[in-house]
Amino acid sequence: MDKQPRLLLDNVSMVFERAGQSFTALAPVDIKVPAGRFVSLIGPSGCGKSTIFNIVAGLQLPTTGNVLIDGDNATGTIGRVAYMLQKDLLLPWRTVVDNVALGMEIRGVPMKEARERALPLLQRYGLGGFEHSHPSALSGGMRQRAALLRTLLIDTDVVLLDEPFGALDAQTKAQMQEWLLQLFEDFGRTVIFVTHDVEEAVFLSDDIYVMASRPGRVVDIMPVDLPRPRDRSVVSTPRFVAMKKYCLDLLHGEADAPLGPEPVAA
Amino acid sequence: MNTKALTDTVMNAARGRAIPATPTRQRRVVRRLPVQKNWPPAVIAAAQFGIFVALLALWEVAADLKVIDPFFWSQPSTIWSTLVVFFTEGNAFTDIVYTFESTLIGFVLGTVAGALLGMSFWWSPNYARVMQPYVVCLESIPKLALAPLIVLVFGMGIGSKVAIAIALTIVVSTLTAYAGVRAVDKDQERLFYSIGASRWQVFSKLVVPSCVPWIISILRVNIGLALTGSIVGEFVASEHGLGRTILYAGSTYEISLVWVAVLVLATLSMVMYVIVGWIEKVLRKGVDR
Repeated sequence: MDKQPRLLLDNVSMVFERAGQSFTALAPVDIKVPAGRFVSLIGPSGCGKSTIFNIVAGLQLPTTGNVLIDGDNATGTIGRVAYMLQKDLLLPWRTVVDNVALGMEIRGVPMKEARERALPLLQRYGLGGFEHSHPSALSGGMRQRAALLRTLLIDTDVVLLDEPFGALDAQTKAQMQEWLLQLFEDFGRTVIFVTHDVEEAVFLSDDIYVMASRPGRVVDIMPVDLPRPRDRSVVSTPRFVAMKKYCLDLLHGEADAPLGPEPVAA
Repeated sequence: MNTKALTDTVMNAARGRAIPATPTRQRRVVRRLPVQKNWPPAVIAAAQFGIFVALLALWEVAADLKVIDPFFWSQPSTIWSTLVVFFTEGNAFTDIVYTFESTLIGFVLGTVAGALLGMSFWWSPNYARVMQPYVVCLESIPKLALAPLIVLVFGMGIGSKVAIAIALTIVVSTLTAYAGVRAVDKDQERLFYSIGASRWQVFSKLVVPSCVPWIISILRVNIGLALTGSIVGEFVASEHGLGRTILYAGSTYEISLVWVAVLVLATLSMVMYVIVGWIEKVLRKGVDR
């Protein structure tokens, strides 16, 4: 891969000092994400997934290493990537369209223009008719949709999704995954996705980084060579099943180890 | 059961052994959910009104029969005629407006200043930490005890009443707004920063709107406090106001006038409560959705 990666984590690690003891939340990792790729991080709690996210988003400074976006050193700078959590974090006093426009508004786009750009997307991606409702009127799945649209409308190439569907029921989750794939193909962004769910990771990703805890580290990188566009039927193909099994085995290699305390993420 | 047997039972239970069932079978008591019949609203209202009238009648008769001394207790009929005089010949409206004005100004200034002060603590945690003991100190001072001093400093006029009303309302407002600041979701703050927001943007688009429901919640408390502040200010020294009327009437043994002023004051307080409650409802509709 001689082409410059969109996102590069170079020897990034995180060590916390607590009560005179140092605690390694993340052993040095290298992650290389080419433009337009969908990369998932899977692993048990405390494997440093959220630490990686905070470092990439510039919310935390790594102990060692650098984050490079398109070759620029972006360590500790905010506003370079879009970031979404399991909680939708929609502002209850704003309408759906104003929530979705938040990122653009903060980046200095006039509110009127931001709304004009958000409205057709709400129509197209299943929030039509709810543009001027408040988030409390929306179901969990719709709230996550709004949160995801808000994330995508922050004009950054790199999008970080931290277990965005973790709190949804199985059926809604499946719908949201298919919807996310559609968005991924429409928007052509580079996505880093954190999940506990192996099937979700295999279904969505181009590359899967399997992580382990104590200390948080990457144990293997698995490319997913399933053709795109994918639909739900892919989950029963032998290739999909084999990859899922391989990931699970990797994760279960860790299952014997005692479960440590969760590191304090910032 | 003697002590020994009791100890044995407890020990058995502790060892996880089954305790032998008592051979006597108890008769099962049949019990149903208690049913409560609700009276129609008219009956409730009639009962309430009936009690009110009965109390007034009792007071009137007891005073007539000298069971209670009408000089100190006055009686409803005298109070009523004093009320009519107060409104037709006295300076009722000057007093009402005076008290209402100082309450309202104190309420608005105290609430706004307190809310701004409380929210300003978000801006710098260091500043908040430095200010902490002063806020606690301000909270624990019995502000009403300072009323004579405040009147000395601000004079006999409406300024001193407003100042006492502010002193009472500002602390509650500050503490509540600060509680609102601390309740702002940290993840929400991180989301704003991850987008690249400035501190001012986080403050104006996240912190202030999050605090609005907290500030709304203290409006009703503050209107009561502001009224108390104004009245106490008038007690200390004043030329007008319902508080001054009460003090003046009390010192000249015009007990019926004391009752009249208290009655008017209660009405004023209720009206302000209703208005603030209505404002609260309107504001909440705009915020909590």
